[in-house]
Amino acid sequence: MKLLTLLISIALPALSACSPALVRVKPYERGTLAKPVMAGSIDPLQKAMTEHAYFSREASFGGGGVGGGGCGCN
Amino acid sequence: MKSILTTLALTFSALVLPVSAAASVGQAMPKLGQLLPGASVPNTSGKVVLVDFWASWCGPCKASFPALNRLQEKYAAKGLVIIGVGVDDDAAKYKEFAGKMGAKFSIAHDSAHKAADFFAPPAMPSSYLVDRKGVIRYVHTGYHGAKTEADYTSEIETLLGASK
Repeated sequence: MKLLTLLISIALPALSACSPALVRVKPYERGTLAKPVMAGSIDPLQKAMTEHAYFSREASFGGGGVGGGGCGCN
Repeated sequence: MKSILTTLALTFSALVLPVSAAASVGQAMPKLGQLLPGASVPNTSGKVVLVDFWASWCGPCKASFPALNRLQEKYAAKGLVIIGVGVDDDAAKYKEFAGKMGAKFSIAHDSAHKAADFFAPPAMPSSYLVDRKGVIRYVHTGYHGAKTEADYTSEIETLLGASK
């Protein structure tokens, strides 16, 4: 029982650090997040071309989306 | 058992505590000079004030500057004061952007984020229209081109036409 109390006492405050109230970045503090280097893809054209090649090549099992089939002729 | 309950209570109170209360319609605006220490803020007593939060990294903020310039030209003589509050962390970027945009209205750098912490703008840009008595009457989040400009115009005309 004492061990359980100890574990809960340690785990709960540690988990509370995951709370969105504590980690949320305010809209006016997003200067660093707005930098181009933080974007999901630095070169949108290259990303589009890579994705096109991927879904064409892998169309038989759904490509980049769901479902399956396809001739792979895109 | 008591210690478990205390720990649980403390943990969940941390989870549900609000981040900060955003400035809302009906609330009185404190003196901007106190929120923007070191910045030269124009006299706003008895005037309709538009406080606009912007940043150099925010695209819609850039798009809003020409509209704010037009509003300044049209309504400044009738009693409108526009204050653009820049929230950039980097003072050099703030200055560069302000110089490039050619703002015809007052701008101030909220370097310590004191004003931003008070208003807690929910998006960038956000703006607050304050009536002649110093009460926030309209809040705008984001900038949606001609629609936002039309909203500003009708709201400013309403507030300017209200009793002094």
